[in-house]
Amino acid sequence: MALVTNVTSFGRTGLSDFVLQRVTALVLGAYGLCLVGFFATTDVSHTSLAAFLGGTLMQWFSTAAIVALAVHAWIGMWTVGTDYIRQHAFGAGLGGSAFGLRLVYQFGCVAAIVVYMAWSLTIIWGLA
Amino acid sequence: MKVSIYRFDPDADEKARMQDVEVELPEGRDLMVLDVLELAKSRDPSIAYRRSCREGVCGSDGMNINGKNGLACITPVSEAARGGKLVLRPLPGLPVIRDLVVDMSAFFRQYERVKPYLINDAPPPAEERLQSPEDRAKLDGLYECILCACCSTSCPSFWWNPDKFVGPAGLLQAYRFLADSRDTATTERLAELEDPFSVFRCRGIMNCVNACPRGLNPTRAIGKIRSMLLTEAT
Repeated sequence: MALVTNVTSFGRTGLSDFVLQRVTALVLGAYGLCLVGFFATTDVSHTSLAAFLGGTLMQWFSTAAIVALAVHAWIGMWTVGTDYIRQHAFGAGLGGSAFGLRLVYQFGCVAAIVVYMAWSLTIIWGLA
Repeated sequence: MKVSIYRFDPDADEKARMQDVEVELPEGRDLMVLDVLELAKSRDPSIAYRRSCREGVCGSDGMNINGKNGLACITPVSEAARGGKLVLRPLPGLPVIRDLVVDMSAFFRQYERVKPYLINDAPPPAEERLQSPEDRAKLDGLYECILCACCSTSCPSFWWNPDKFVGPAGLLQAYRFLADSRDTATTERLAELEDPFSVFRCRGIMNCVNACPRGLNPTRAIGKIRSMLLTEAT
């Protein structure tokens, strides 16, 4: 049975991944509440949203939320990949090892996370 | 009663199949699933399964009964059968040796990994290592496991990573020794468990609690191990 290694995990230990996932969830929860508060109390338009997110404090808060989302997503996607992309899930397929497919999957996840993170940070810090 | 039994003979079958066996149940009595299996075996002696104590102590006859893992010897047919039909399959996630007999090597390898014995390097006292009644009480709900594998084989995390996730049965035993006041290897035991798989692959879905024929709670033990790991690291 092909072993799944943890060299690609974010924090390398289960404990650090466990703690990071919870800390990032708290950041995302607080950010989510902040957004809900804005949408519930403001007459939403592009101008008001840009003004809200363009404030320095919100720019830093958004940055923290985007980084938290990236970390949270990587830990989650890494876990999903190491659960489901296993040799025994493919019978005789994959030439005896799921390592290659898992690597492609992980590369795809990292690429998507980096692109989305860079894109959203560009938007947030591009606001006046 | 119709009993549908998973059949697989590696010497003769390419694929597993379900075999229906009609069993005559005695009137006015609620049999255990194992009794029904014995009746089915009297009709077809080639059916293979493990059994020994027939009273829920040895843990041999763990199997999947109408979709739920349990011990055949202490599961009443009236509770298990649905629509007058009993469906018996081997414990999921482990390689089938034959019919309802599974290869439990992966399960016992994980059990072995947690060093399920007392470690204490201090010179032994003249009589025995004493424990207060309060400390002894901490082991209740932990030591009673009979290693039937009903919990671990109902756990998807164990199905996906049987080589790296210890599984609920092994982790219950890991905590049984972590919680033992006479054991001095707490730090070493915890160090063995802090990787992303051994403990942290548990998602807390509590299939193990639902399946345990002894009414034990591995999820709670896993939570306590996580707390100990967190305390040790901070």
